[in-house]
Amino acid sequence: MATGTEPHLKKGTSPGGVRHHTRAAISAAHLRTDRWWLQPAATAAGLFAFVVYSTWRAFANADYYAAPYVSPFYSPCVAENCEPMKNGPNWEIFGSWWGLSPALLILIFPLGFRLTCYYYRKAYYRGFWASPPACAVAEPHAKYTGETRFPLILQNIHRYFFYAAVPVAGILTYDTVLSFRNEDYEWGHAGLGTLVFVVNISLIWAYTLSCHSCRHIVGGKLKHFSKHPVRYRMWRWVGWLNGRHMLLAWASLISVALADFYVYLIASGAFDDPRFF
Amino acid sequence: MSTRTTSGTGSSAADGDAGGDSGAYDARFRVWRGDVDGGGLKDFTVQVNDGEVVLDIIHRLQATQAPDLAVRWNCKAGKCGSCSAEINGRPRLLCMTRMSVFGRDEVITVTPLRAFPVVRDLVTDVGFNYTKAREVPAFVPPAELAPGEYRMMQEDVDRSQEFRKCIECFLCQDTCHVVRDHEENKTAFAGPRFLMRVAELDMHPLDAAAATGLDRKATAQEEHGLGYCNITKCCTEVCPEGIHITDNALIPLKERAVDRKYDPLVWLGNKIRRRPTT
Repeated sequence: MATGTEPHLKKGTSPGGVRHHTRAAISAAHLRTDRWWLQPAATAAGLFAFVVYSTWRAFANADYYAAPYVSPFYSPCVAENCEPMKNGPNWEIFGSWWGLSPALLILIFPLGFRLTCYYYRKAYYRGFWASPPACAVAEPHAKYTGETRFPLILQNIHRYFFYAAVPVAGILTYDTVLSFRNEDYEWGHAGLGTLVFVVNISLIWAYTLSCHSCRHIVGGKLKHFSKHPVRYRMWRWVGWLNGRHMLLAWASLISVALADFYVYLIASGAFDDPRFF
Repeated sequence: MSTRTTSGTGSSAADGDAGGDSGAYDARFRVWRGDVDGGGLKDFTVQVNDGEVVLDIIHRLQATQAPDLAVRWNCKAGKCGSCSAEINGRPRLLCMTRMSVFGRDEVITVTPLRAFPVVRDLVTDVGFNYTKAREVPAFVPPAELAPGEYRMMQEDVDRSQEFRKCIECFLCQDTCHVVRDHEENKTAFAGPRFLMRVAELDMHPLDAAAATGLDRKATAQEEHGLGYCNITKCCTEVCPEGIHITDNALIPLKERAVDRKYDPLVWLGNKIRRRPTT
């Protein structure tokens, strides 16, 4: 809509943002005196570290299974070149023609879920794209169209990735149940890896269910909560989790990397899984 | 509600008498002086007493050193939204920023809002916001109810009531990089305050806009520029009322837009059940 809010643009001049000719004449891009750069820098460093680690592990195609543990990066394993896992998530949907790491087939779903997540969007728009780097700190871009056009309009498919993330979390839950076995696949045992898996899947579920799309689907879309008391209660539960979405995003990101690294240590023979019972 | 824009006289807190307060000290201030033709930061040293806020100091400057300093203010209680400015580069209310949050050696910089045209000194022209407010169609009363017959359950209006806490200080509009850093986007983008207004009405249990053919979800995206928002949450960070603008208004509004356009399951569900949105 455009009624009387046409920008004050002089013909032939740059729009200028905070240095626009109608605004207070201040040459500095910002006047913040606090360490505003710390948060985006820490965020970018954390995300970059995860990207490096997960890229290495996803392409490694080795050391991802040590009975009874399977790395969450490789579960479910949907190609024929997967290591055999007894009762494990071996579903050879892609057959033998797939020659690359099987992790690449499945990681696209959690990756897409996190890439389009409302929290991570804030994190990488600020940390990597400086749009904006911090509040009231001028961004360096001459033009901005946000999420109105390709490719960023695709952020709207977050809902699809949420639908995909739920079964993926279900499969990781199944893997966690399988971790209550020993090396000989006998039930009723647990080791340190079991504990790592339980913590990881708890955080994965908490992150998945705290998603803004989930909050909307369970009840946020309703106009009358009073007509849907069960959904209203669910919406409040999810809302409570949603208030911790950033915390859960980081906790689950770290836990999934740690769970994978734990399996790597055992599978590569660097470490023996301490058994509790 | 009228809003005072003072230049020098009439400020009750403006006298320079510290009242014998032992906590008094001299603070260094840099205040932007000028108008649309130019200006700059001017240095002042001014007395500060225990318990004072930045607006008190600005008033003391008017009373003692800069009688023509222009500043907009009214309630001094964080409820009128008049004294919005930028303090050390951060959008804040002058009356709700305690001097005790700054170190005594710190130079405190006060400037007008940097997203809007400056009028003089700390006063800006926030008319952009009033224009955007007029672009949002008002509440549509339900046809079957007369005024006085409205009945709503509390849980149905909780969400809208959070947004009604807004004092229209426009700090969220000021900090939003979509218009702060891109003057050219002011035509297409309503800003967080008015997208929140759309959300408030779309979530209102008695708003009958849909019955009149007005789809607020569609207008949010197509007329008020919802897609420009990249949910970086600065609006939430600066809100003096603590409204969760991004999580409770903008993201739910984006999700409602997704319902309309991008979600195949919602589309299929609506086709099968042939019923309108609940």
